[in-house]
Amino acid sequence: MNLVHHEGHEVHEESLRLPFVFFVLFVVTFFSAPAEAAPNVIVGSKKFTESYVLGEIAQRSLENAHIAVEHRQGMGGTIIVWQALRGGQIDIYPEYTGTIAQEILKTDERLSIQQVREALQTFGVGMTDPIGFNNTYALVMRRDRAQKLGVRKISDLQNHLDLKIGLTHEFLDRHDGWQPLTAHYQLHPTNVIGIDHAIGYAALKSGSIDVKDAYSTDAKIAEFDLVTLEDDRQFFPRYDAVFLFRSSLSAEAVAALRKLEGAIDEQKMITLNAEAERTKNYSAAANSFFGTRSTYNSGETFSHKLWRWTSRHLELAGFSLLLAIVFGVPFGIIASRGGVIGHVILGFAGVVQTIPSLALLALLVPLPFFGISPRTAIAALFLYGLLPIVRNTATGLQEISVPLRESATALGLEPFARLRKIYLPIAARTILAGIKTSAVINVGTATLAALIGAGGLGEPILSGLNLNDHATILQGAVPAAVLALLVQWMFDLLDRVLIPKGLRL
Amino acid sequence: MSALVELAGVSKTFGGATALSPLDFSAERQKTTVLIGPSGCGKSTLLRLIIRLLDPDSGTIKIDNVSVTDANVQQMRRRIGYVIQDGGLFPHLTARYNVLLLPRHLGKSEDEMSSRLSELCALTRFPESLLSRYPLELSGGQRQRVSLMRALILSPELLLLDEPLGALDPLVRAALQKDLKEIFARLQQTAILVTHDLAEAAYLGDEIVLMNEGRIVQRGSIVDLRERPANNFVSDFINAQRSVALL
Repeated sequence: MNLVHHEGHEVHEESLRLPFVFFVLFVVTFFSAPAEAAPNVIVGSKKFTESYVLGEIAQRSLENAHIAVEHRQGMGGTIIVWQALRGGQIDIYPEYTGTIAQEILKTDERLSIQQVREALQTFGVGMTDPIGFNNTYALVMRRDRAQKLGVRKISDLQNHLDLKIGLTHEFLDRHDGWQPLTAHYQLHPTNVIGIDHAIGYAALKSGSIDVKDAYSTDAKIAEFDLVTLEDDRQFFPRYDAVFLFRSSLSAEAVAALRKLEGAIDEQKMITLNAEAERTKNYSAAANSFFGTRSTYNSGETFSHKLWRWTSRHLELAGFSLLLAIVFGVPFGIIASRGGVIGHVILGFAGVVQTIPSLALLALLVPLPFFGISPRTAIAALFLYGLLPIVRNTATGLQEISVPLRESATALGLEPFARLRKIYLPIAARTILAGIKTSAVINVGTATLAALIGAGGLGEPILSGLNLNDHATILQGAVPAAVLALLVQWMFDLLDRVLIPKGLRL
Repeated sequence: MSALVELAGVSKTFGGATALSPLDFSAERQKTTVLIGPSGCGKSTLLRLIIRLLDPDSGTIKIDNVSVTDANVQQMRRRIGYVIQDGGLFPHLTARYNVLLLPRHLGKSEDEMSSRLSELCALTRFPESLLSRYPLELSGGQRQRVSLMRALILSPELLLLDEPLGALDPLVRAALQKDLKEIFARLQQTAILVTHDLAEAAYLGDEIVLMNEGRIVQRGSIVDLRERPANNFVSDFINAQRSVALL
């Protein structure tokens, strides 16, 4: 590359700029992507304390049998982890018999353990015997409030239809959840909202809501002195905790998992949940179950965790941005010519942008290639990043005046040379602004990747949300905000380095 | 020797509106042919057709006896210099790289280009010290000189100028008219210049082509047009710009 020109400030060779941007992005992206060795077995868990703890315990049990294992914590609700298990993104996760019957097998019959096991076999999924406790759904209230109103049983709610009821989104939609419960009890309360499980407890404590759904083994029930309303018309089925695993799981791994059958009773589970929430640390709870310290995760320092989250975060945002540039700029060039194809491209990118990010993630998860993986997060972020780049590329090119276009054509440059040497450099500033917008969006939205187990700075935010622990939330939120500011600053710098002085006058 | 540019039966319409009725036109070698006429008479369209920014609806356009086709259009454009009213300089490139864009693209040697650039600076009276400036750092007159250098860098056989001095104030305009006349004479340049200023046409043109409503009304010297107008339009057009009636 010939950078030795006559005047010092003329070294910007017009055609070098865009490739240079790509190069920088590639370097940043690959530098931030540490290699990971794939473990043999992956344990998944749902997004609530007990599931995290059971996931940790399963991981430890397999580690004790010398099997390499990884735990993807808090991946989401039932459907997400079930799809992940069927798709092979995870091998094991903790589940409850009632949930299996209602949500997975979609039946209202009360099935025996053996019937459930046989039904699961058709999906290529195996099931352990119960771990030893029944974690049923329950409705809970603050003791003082319940006593004052004289509410003891669920049917007592009949007399207090104006109570504020805050329910998890999963419970609101479940086949064994709120709708059938109100039908069963013939309740028609007027004041029902959807709220996150951990945040719901805080709302209950502060009196913002009066009633919420709970798991009977939740440690918060004792901690906040809550009462469980009696299921006096026997609505809730049994929710015996079990582990589901892929039939392809090795015999040793299954054997290690089956050691946990009957090992945890209700009281033990409540204690473990309390331990997890007290220490803000799920592996600490697993430690207390095994009476040992893990040789794996417990030694991880904060700076190491921060690096792991941040590098994964950059990997997600960086790769998706790179893809968005690689596809967005050419699409923008095509769109700048207008016509039907141009409208289709801009229309598609615009529609994608209007899909809520959470919904886009959820929609991609069931697709064969994606599932529960960083790939899904990168794909979703890529789709989000497209619009600003496509639109700015198209606009930047369309804004070039007719006399400039005619001068370029009249020179006798071929169409591609005109684009590369004249049009793209003139539009570079607008295009770069689009890339910057995408980068900032991606860095922010990448926190949602933790919802589908793809890691990143959303991981501590989600854990903190579950544990209702602000310090943990900030461990993810502060670096994410700093990262967004850094990205903004870096692009302002790039603007000064890459954009020809003649365009900045 | 035949004319360098020859148009036969060339017409052009824009969405139903006739810009050029079928017409014949030619430009002689080493002469300056001036296209003049009121706004919308088709003079700029004629220039755009020659450099193929527009395709004709009918007729043939030959340059040096060769028809312009899709296959040879880029080659043909490189043999033609093109200067427009506001210069059409690329804002992201300095004056130097605006001028050198095409020769660099064609892989000409740096030494050859440097000496050619110095020659052109002297010819167009453009200070070499300003070559490192961006278009927005130059005055209107300076920009037109750079644009002229860009058009001349590969020693084109044909120079097309579309109201090159139209946006300049009278003093700068007069200086550039004088310089253009010298340059054309020195280079024995074949040039076609579009203007709406009869004084400029009279001063620079060897041959004046007066157009109206997409047709050529009369061609000849300024004396021909003034003394022997083909019709009332010609005499009206001449009389409207009285200052040259005394020429």
